[in-house]
Amino acid sequence: MISIDWYLALSAVLFCIGIIGVLIRKNAIVIFMCVELMLNAVNLSLLSFSSYHGNVDGQILVFFSLAVAAAEAVVGLAIIIAIFRNNLSVDVSRINLLRW
Amino acid sequence: MNYLHDLSTFLPGIIVGVAGLIVVLIDCYKDDYKGIVGLTIASLTAALAISIMDLFGPTGESFYGMISYGGVAAFGNTVILFGTLFCVLISYEYLEAIDHNFGEVYAMILFATTGMLGLASANNLVMIFLGLETMSICLYVLAGIIKERKTGAEAALKYFLLGAFSTGFLLYGMALLYGATGSLDIQEIAQAASSDLLFVAGGGLLLVGFFFKVSAVPFHMWTPDVYEGTPTTLTAYMSTASKSAAFIAFITIVSRLLPEGTADWSQVLQVIAIATMILGNIIALVQDNIKRMLAYSSIAHAGYLLVGLAAATPEGYSAVLYYLLAYTIMNIGAFGVVAYYERQHGLDLLDINNYAGLGFKRPMMAVMLSIFLFSLAGIPGFVGFVGKYYVFAAAIHADLIGLAIVGVLASAASVYYYLRPMVFMYMREAHKDIPLVKSGWMFKGSLIVLTILTIYFGIAPADLSHLLSSYYSGDWIAQTLIP
Repeated sequence: MISIDWYLALSAVLFCIGIIGVLIRKNAIVIFMCVELMLNAVNLSLLSFSSYHGNVDGQILVFFSLAVAAAEAVVGLAIIIAIFRNNLSVDVSRINLLRW
Repeated sequence: MNYLHDLSTFLPGIIVGVAGLIVVLIDCYKDDYKGIVGLTIASLTAALAISIMDLFGPTGESFYGMISYGGVAAFGNTVILFGTLFCVLISYEYLEAIDHNFGEVYAMILFATTGMLGLASANNLVMIFLGLETMSICLYVLAGIIKERKTGAEAALKYFLLGAFSTGFLLYGMALLYGATGSLDIQEIAQAASSDLLFVAGGGLLLVGFFFKVSAVPFHMWTPDVYEGTPTTLTAYMSTASKSAAFIAFITIVSRLLPEGTADWSQVLQVIAIATMILGNIIALVQDNIKRMLAYSSIAHAGYLLVGLAAATPEGYSAVLYYLLAYTIMNIGAFGVVAYYERQHGLDLLDINNYAGLGFKRPMMAVMLSIFLFSLAGIPGFVGFVGKYYVFAAAIHADLIGLAIVGVLASAASVYYYLRPMVFMYMREAHKDIPLVKSGWMFKGSLIVLTILTIYFGIAPADLSHLLSSYYSGDWIAQTLIP
């Protein structure tokens, strides 16, 4: 039996990898993948807490968060396509018309 | 549990959501914008009427404690629906003029409003998450409506990436709170609260997520860019209705979820409030684009609202509620007049220098813009002053005198940039002759109503503020406040 600490540590590490990816990568799609990694790291935490406490509330929140992540992916990829059509690139360092 | 009773407690949200579905269906089969707009306005008006009646009705919980109704939730619904209704009224003509009047815009507005209503009534972390995300995803779409213009797509991308990033923090905060207490219900979490690391970290991450959504410094970076790239009347919608919804949920969290003693939450809110007020106002001073100026002004207003939350007293919370209504009225008005000027094609009428001499053509519009800007600046006699007075008075009664002083000074500095458009409109010669078109009756009528409300609530605030403070005296929300 693996203790809950390991699951939580794995989830925290994945979450931090996601944050670092969002902060240092330049490709909009990779940034979006890192955001998804963060959300899934949280899902892992929720599931392990759910089994630790022995109630299903956490698992229900995971269902909702999966559905929301799917909806977000639809909108996000559409926006990235619109950006690509305008700029012929999804490099966020070149998307700099609006500043200050 | 009685299903019909539960459904009736969330009637405004159901009406708006069903109307959104019908709009999508009509839009599939017919290019009938008039019908779609009519249906949108009718459903919002009906929902607004119901939520105004709920203001004086009973309070309680429904759907197994998922949502609360009456009291603060009803007031939140009223402010959100009021803001949405007026944004739709001014949007029709503006979107027609910029040639982007799609049926989907109204469907997205209705769906986003459903999310906001859920967020304002939320009594459970699942509901807060769902409401916030329903609202945000629809707003990402609205931000990118002008997708063939580079700034439009860029605004949408920035909003989307930063919004999704903040969702990660929000959800992680919820997961940690669930881990610390074993429940997602707000009352149960507050009862099981402790000051161990898991609970404090969860609460902190939840606050970070909310700071992103209400654009508090240092999480404000997206606000000016998104507000500039979005069509102006939809910017008004984003900056008023969505901010009101997020702040109502914020009040729920600060007042009921995070009890004192687990950590000094008020201290965190004070620091963020000071940073937000100072930075928002200072950067607004140097803006030449009027939409960016209003965006930084909306950051500064988030700072004033956080002052009321930092006071952490029933008086502070009711002051925030009053301020939200005041902010909704005057900000939609200001964005509405800016949208009217902006419709002149081929001219950059967002640059403040081009406002020179506009005050004497179409004097009505210029006078209304002046009234809204005076109110945003907090000049006595208008609703903005009353809102600021309540918020700062609550801070002083809670012994946060330093915070109140910073707030008043920041607000005094803000008068400079609010008066600048008026100086250009009335005291500078026009460089070139700008022909201003006549606006339609719906557009002008709604701006006139907003002007009247700005003055009315500025002169006679007592009735409403008594109603708001009654929500926090002796009812179930006051009982769940941990002393």
